[in-house]
Amino acid sequence: MFRTVTIRKFDAVIVGAGGAGLRAAIALSEAGFKTAVLSKVFPTRSHTVAAQGGVAASLGNAEEDHWHWHMYDTVKGSDWLGDQDAIEFMCRKANEVVIELEHWGMPFDRLDNGRIYQRPFGGHMANFGEKPVRRSCAAADRTGHAMLHAMYQRNVRAHTQFFVEWMALDLIRDEEGEVLGVTALEMETGDIYAFHAKATIFATGGAGRIFASSTNAFINTGDGLGMAARAGIPLEDMEFWQFHPTGVAGAGVLITEGVRGEGGILRNSLGERFMERYAPNAKDLASRDVVARAMVTEINEGRGCGPHKDYVLLDITHLPPETIMKRLPGIREIAIQFAGVDPIKEPIPVVPTCHYQMGGIPTNYLGQVVVPGKRSQNEVVPGFYAAGECACASVHGANRLGTNSLLDLLVFGKSAGETAVEELKKMPKAHKDLPKDAFERTLARLNRLETQKDGANVHETRLLMQRTMQKHCGVFRFAHLLKEGVDKILEVQKRVEQTEIRDKSKVFNTARIEALELENMIEAAVATMVSAEARKESRGAHVRDDCPDTPECPNGRDDVNWLKHTLWYKEGNRLDYKSVNLRPLTVETIPLKKRAY
Amino acid sequence: MASRTLHFKIYRYDPDKDRKPYMQDISVEVDENDRKLLDALVKLKAKDDSLAFRRSCREGVCGSDAININGKNGLACLTDLSSFPEGKPIVLRPLPGLPVIRDLIVDMTQFFKQYHSIKPYLINHDPPPERERLQSPKDREELDGLYECILCACCSTSCPSFWWNPDKFVGPAGLLAAYRFIADTRDQATNERLDDLEDPYRLFRCHTIMNCVDVCPKGLNPTRAIGKIKALMVARAI
Repeated sequence: MFRTVTIRKFDAVIVGAGGAGLRAAIALSEAGFKTAVLSKVFPTRSHTVAAQGGVAASLGNAEEDHWHWHMYDTVKGSDWLGDQDAIEFMCRKANEVVIELEHWGMPFDRLDNGRIYQRPFGGHMANFGEKPVRRSCAAADRTGHAMLHAMYQRNVRAHTQFFVEWMALDLIRDEEGEVLGVTALEMETGDIYAFHAKATIFATGGAGRIFASSTNAFINTGDGLGMAARAGIPLEDMEFWQFHPTGVAGAGVLITEGVRGEGGILRNSLGERFMERYAPNAKDLASRDVVARAMVTEINEGRGCGPHKDYVLLDITHLPPETIMKRLPGIREIAIQFAGVDPIKEPIPVVPTCHYQMGGIPTNYLGQVVVPGKRSQNEVVPGFYAAGECACASVHGANRLGTNSLLDLLVFGKSAGETAVEELKKMPKAHKDLPKDAFERTLARLNRLETQKDGANVHETRLLMQRTMQKHCGVFRFAHLLKEGVDKILEVQKRVEQTEIRDKSKVFNTARIEALELENMIEAAVATMVSAEARKESRGAHVRDDCPDTPECPNGRDDVNWLKHTLWYKEGNRLDYKSVNLRPLTVETIPLKKRAY
Repeated sequence: MASRTLHFKIYRYDPDKDRKPYMQDISVEVDENDRKLLDALVKLKAKDDSLAFRRSCREGVCGSDAININGKNGLACLTDLSSFPEGKPIVLRPLPGLPVIRDLIVDMTQFFKQYHSIKPYLINHDPPPERERLQSPKDREELDGLYECILCACCSTSCPSFWWNPDKFVGPAGLLAAYRFIADTRDQATNERLDDLEDPYRLFRCHTIMNCVDVCPKGLNPTRAIGKIKALMVARAI
């Protein structure tokens, strides 16, 4: 049984050491605050490492560009569900955060004039949607790896204190709702600790593993979402999941959109470049939701490739082999390893694969977590910040543009860190007392798992959840499947509450860790299904069969009733809504318009 | 490939209950969807939840699942199940030369200590310009084959020099990182970096055995980087 919790005090605790966590840590460490960074894995193993194609910034190195065009593209990409203040903030900050990384040693590819190399990417256009623009700053097709290592290295220089292979378990909140840190499990010893802090920053990444077919790493289990939900924080816009058009068929491993940025073409079984029919202007570089749906439509209409006609082909055989070797070397490795084809000679079989969670813990553009309260729909939760994929600022709205995720984690990782620095400066020296019941939830969860008899198998329950999500809440959504899906996922939730592990040892018990992760995943899964079932419109990545394209609702989007953010609360499995912020910080609103590429 | 049974011999050690490590015979059914060794390990864990190993990205870029496979270090997620001969058990052990925490999980403290010791960050004393520091494509190319390291430790833990002196010899991964910064035109600390490595152990314990090159799952060549560091030391001495 778990009884004791050792308390450690820090100014700030950051949970997660991917891009957002590391960027926040740099801000706090360099400002001299005593900061603990907790991570389930060694920092450079965080999933940011797998990002490939680039980070968006209107540097204008390759051709004319402007942050305002980038902002327009992001708002349009979000299908107008993104908050325009946060989007303006992000696009204006892009150059600064990318240049910073270059100064810290990130090995960007270069243009002949020595500036950072930029390539085109889906949905990124010049002059307010006119034609594709080269905006994605890239380090070959290993941008995430180059970025994560550069930021880890900067943290080594700043002497950030890492707690490697520690898993945060629960948020500590007092009666006034103030966040005072987290409880955590040290994997190597199996001991339980509390990190008592004046600022708590979640940078825990997405929950992409709730789907059966996912580009995501095993560790992407939505831990921050689970912790927030259990502590009474709502989750925003969880119905919006990005299915990346090009996951390797069967394996799910990501093939960057940068492949299409470099000239790659999607083909059906007839050899046809089918995107010309779906997006006559942007073609293969249309927004991800548009391309993914086009692919599934081709497959559903019998024009898929292979013996089961269940994938399409991504063709780069027309590109010079030198370009592939220089700009897409990692993709070639992946294609050979996971698809068994050399893309220089043969096209790669691909299918849309769950990739990114647009929703998450609601924040403002300063990285502060905000929830509806008596005074406003966005009241700050004192002491609590979130950034990166686990957060919803909301810049991606109903659909994220490629390369905006790395930008998101840089901009909001930095702003969460800097806001925390400013708040810490104003706070008294002493820590606020921990509430009496600070560790109760954590100990109850651990001890439930210790004593469970005749419970559910973790592996099987997880599979059931993943298959339920995949079947009932995929690329296209059907009213009757969503309705059934809600009942089914709530059934799965009951099993998750009764999981049993055979291994009760303490040292590096990965069975216990997986059971605890599943408790986080199920919160994200229930939030997703319930929110998706409720949203009776088609918008961005959420497209329903009962909400088709009509004159009143172009593309099925219903701005009269559904131009609003969803908020899902764990308690009572209840939904609430809040309005979208259509007011940017300095420029005019980008007005609502039917989305076409 | 239809369903087939794979037989394993796996190093097991749980300090909570085992007085000493042992090799466990265990088998598992795999089907045509299981292509890599990691797929089989995940199935093994479903059978016996006490089996402990690290894994994350499952695509060879995070460096978590480095283990010793039939005597050779490699990543489980990049090792094809079809590469194993039929009928012979697959022998899995933790990376050699580092303390074992449990089963296939080793304590990597010493490995990262060496990585940190080379100051793995860009050192440039000039005030940063408003825009990016310029670097020609040719100068940038110098970093290819260096920056891609995933810190999996396959190389250092296959290096006899690192086994004997893990506290004093930087090891191939750390030295590759050292040369990554030396080779970067934006870095201004070449001399200090060379001074730091000019030591009978830190650099010169490399005897070009080249196990590191043989096992690197990313196809990198630490031995060549070490050779270049040595050449720079010679060049500045004359």
